[in-house]
Amino acid sequence: MTAWVAFWNILKKDMKNYYLKPPNISWGIVFPVAWTLMFFLKSQTQMDIKELLPGVMSLSILFGTTSMLAVTITFERKARSFDRLLLAPISLNLLMLAKTTGAIVFGIVNSLIPVLFASFVTNLSNIRWGLIAGSVFFISVTSTFLGLFIAVSVKEVFEAQTFSNFFRFPMIFLCGLFIPLTTLPIYIRPLSFMLPLTYGADILKYAINGKALMPIWLNFLVLFGFASALFIISVKNIKVKWIY
Amino acid sequence: MAIIKAENLKKDYDGFLAVKGIDFSIHKGEVFGFLGPNGAGKTTTINMLTGLTRITSGQIDIAGIDAVKNIKNAQRMIGIVPDESNLYMEMDGFENLCFCAALYGIKKVEREKRAKKLLKEFNLDNTGNRLFKAYSKGMKRKLTIAAGIIHEPQILFLDEPTTGIDVESARQIRDLIVKLHNSGTTIFLTTHYIEEAERLCDRIAFIVNGEIVQEGTIEELMLSVQRDNIVQLSVDKGLYAIQKTLETDFFQYRFEIRDNQTFILYSETPITLMPIMKYFDERRFNVYEAKLIKPSLEDVFVKITGIEVSKMKKEKEGGKQ
Repeated sequence: MTAWVAFWNILKKDMKNYYLKPPNISWGIVFPVAWTLMFFLKSQTQMDIKELLPGVMSLSILFGTTSMLAVTITFERKARSFDRLLLAPISLNLLMLAKTTGAIVFGIVNSLIPVLFASFVTNLSNIRWGLIAGSVFFISVTSTFLGLFIAVSVKEVFEAQTFSNFFRFPMIFLCGLFIPLTTLPIYIRPLSFMLPLTYGADILKYAINGKALMPIWLNFLVLFGFASALFIISVKNIKVKWIY
Repeated sequence: MAIIKAENLKKDYDGFLAVKGIDFSIHKGEVFGFLGPNGAGKTTTINMLTGLTRITSGQIDIAGIDAVKNIKNAQRMIGIVPDESNLYMEMDGFENLCFCAALYGIKKVEREKRAKKLLKEFNLDNTGNRLFKAYSKGMKRKLTIAAGIIHEPQILFLDEPTTGIDVESARQIRDLIVKLHNSGTTIFLTTHYIEEAERLCDRIAFIVNGEIVQEGTIEELMLSVQRDNIVQLSVDKGLYAIQKTLETDFFQYRFEIRDNQTFILYSETPITLMPIMKYFDERRFNVYEAKLIKPSLEDVFVKITGIEVSKMKKEKEGGKQ
């Protein structure tokens, strides 16, 4: 009970201090809108919009979560207010879950904006909404924990943003979001399968267009594996680097 | 009964030994002062005791809990006020206090009640709804202390609580330390204000270069350096004229003539004043002051550590700006 009071209040504080601040709300809306318009305006048919939707949703989540986490973790670490959390009598795992839940929610909300846009111009009635929900959740969790991994590896906010781009931009091209994996050169493909977004986008593609490269259960399993590994490594890094 | 016990505590930062195997114990309810210059290992020691820094070797026992193995249980009992205020700039005073209480699992109604009470106690009740970033340095310090005690810890770590703040705020903080001490809170205080430590602490340890060089009550520390009995006398006429006979007649004492009317006597045995008074009376000198000189804690610190206190203060206050 004690730990959950702390968990809830850390989440509430982050929501109020970071995610619900006007610049971040506008970032959370403008960024997916920009992605959406950029791809949808280029798209010629209703079919194209549905082809693009998984990629746009995935990118909105990826950029939203990793950017926010770089701020909420790295900034607090720099200002030493993160020490206050480390000194609280709650486990480091729960503390980091509390710090990342806000970003996960932010990612989920970001993913809804392209869906909202698409709903005005195309028919979304034959979409598997349950799978959409599951994949959006798992992509948000994995992207957030990737953001956590990056935030823990650097000291400054600008370093976190730069380091994030090192992961994010290749993902646009390598995860099958807009360029099918089967059309990628064979020597690049192994790299695609090392990136979590490949699996998340594959589920979304199946949920929206009924096409997938891998079995759905395998995609979920790999995403779960990535999320767990990133979280465990990040918490270990905090213990080694920040409680030194 | 010891509420904190540290044994052979060491911290090695990649080959640099910041704390070199120190031992100390702090009794329940006492104010324990930890004094030393910049870089002596004070903050590292606090960080090791509170779980912010991993120890290289040694043992820490906090209220019967092995704090090396089970720091999270020990953290329930401790409050920490770091040397720099680290509350949330974008939250107001009241929100900051409520949030800090929530970290210890205190429920909403109770934390709001405590936050209001503390704001009033620290004369911050009129600024409770002001953002922390808009607070003055003294106000920030007071709110940080309030945040450190909102969960009513048994042990409070105060790292340089009055450094760099205005006189009035410093006085309020010192009064609060006395109040907390009287209510039974154990306080671990680091400061470079020797007179503050002398006024507030039951026991003091001097730490230099990661080693505790002396530890004890203020009386014990003073005794450890006071080898001589010292008396200062002032007379109304020129001393230089009688200096030779004075030194011959009282050969058992060492003399230091300060000026033509003041001199100091040193002796390993107690000084008997009557023969000296008689000596001056026979020569029609009036002795208008005789005082026993006792070393201050500052003298003790300087003698033990070889560090000038004024230099240490300058370093600290310079470093805080």
